[in-house]
Amino acid sequence: MTAPHDRPTAAELLEALREWMEQDLFPGVEGRLQFHTRVAINMVDIVARELELGPDQVVRHDQVLASFGMKDDAELAAAIRAGTFDEELPSVMTRLLPVVEDKLRVANPRYLR
Amino acid sequence: MAKGTNTELQQGLAAVMETESITDLQRLSGGASRETWRFKAGNSDYVLQRVRAGTVGGFQVEPRVLAVAHEAGVPVPELVIDGANRTELGVPFMIVRAVEGETIARKILRDDEYSRARGALTTQLGIAAARLHQVDPARVPGLVEDDQVNRYTTILQDLGEPHPVFEAALRWLERNRPDSAMSCIVHGDYRLGNMMVNSDGLAAVLDWEIAHIGDPMEDLGWLCVRAWRFGGAFPAAGVGTYDELLDAYASVTGVRPDPDVLRWWEILGTMKWGIICISQAATHLTGIVRSHELAAIGRRVCENEYDLIDLLSKGPQ
Repeated sequence: MTAPHDRPTAAELLEALREWMEQDLFPGVEGRLQFHTRVAINMVDIVARELELGPDQVVRHDQVLASFGMKDDAELAAAIRAGTFDEELPSVMTRLLPVVEDKLRVANPRYLR
Repeated sequence: MAKGTNTELQQGLAAVMETESITDLQRLSGGASRETWRFKAGNSDYVLQRVRAGTVGGFQVEPRVLAVAHEAGVPVPELVIDGANRTELGVPFMIVRAVEGETIARKILRDDEYSRARGALTTQLGIAAARLHQVDPARVPGLVEDDQVNRYTTILQDLGEPHPVFEAALRWLERNRPDSAMSCIVHGDYRLGNMMVNSDGLAAVLDWEIAHIGDPMEDLGWLCVRAWRFGGAFPAAGVGTYDELLDAYASVTGVRPDPDVLRWWEILGTMKWGIICISQAATHLTGIVRSHELAAIGRRVCENEYDLIDLLSKGPQ
């Protein structure tokens, strides 16, 4: 619970929304609308996971950027584009893996091998 | 779509098909720049594609590509009318004979009806691509060469969102370009979803809209991108191994493609789909088309980053 707000918390509101979409809305529609409802349910799940996991992920992201001596993704992207890391591209990729795994833990955890 | 417009289309089609009546006219899915319709004339079913009113584009080379692909033994819908320069429907169009089958990847990969098809598909896709790639590109004037590394470097820069993994992939691709001696007609979107499949396997290769001149492995690499496996366990269209695909290809050309070159193109394809995902979300975010479906695709970008890291951190560097 996040003061000053009352319950349900943001996470609990999403959970209630999700349950209604899954149990009532989804079975009541068909075809393209059903597909679009599935997309919407997935979006609610993404937001719920981001609320839960996001704060810790910010810290890890900053740590990875710091290990490159960069302040944000834009600076790192520009350095890679400029050729700074040309001789070590596969290892740069490997060092970015924890950040990408975090993004997948929010966006689509089942994708992780 | 207004009812009057349908009647107008029906009359236009009757004139084009030189028949009394057009029946069962129905709108199928359509892309951003095209409309697709299905209809019956006499006892046969046809598919019409026409340029969406108000958009730029046409059918300059596609009918010609379909014709040469058909001649080369690639299963494609039979071209009935090349309407690139005709005026009956108000906009440029193309009519092909309808092919029956399934294009939805999830069904092709999972339904019992397609179990035999799944066993045959990889070999059929390898053979069809090889036959296309053997066509002399000079037979289709107007096809353009497309350097995908340059194109997507520019697109990523213009999108203005930082993605270090894509930048690294683009640098790697640029520095490890294969020595490509061959340039041929490539389909350009050769993947599950654009394949009409029946219980025997490949019935027709569809959607030739972005055919261009390129390296033959562009098509095979794109076919193997993880997104186009739709959850299938194997690299080639979700159902086949690299070896099956390359062996089938070699059975036509007599030369087995280099697996490292195929891998380079799979890496390129993965980068490309990732950047297309950013671009689809941007279509929503900038308000060109507001759509929660397009918005959700923005969160699929990281699937491609994950696959690129996997592809680049193993195998020959």
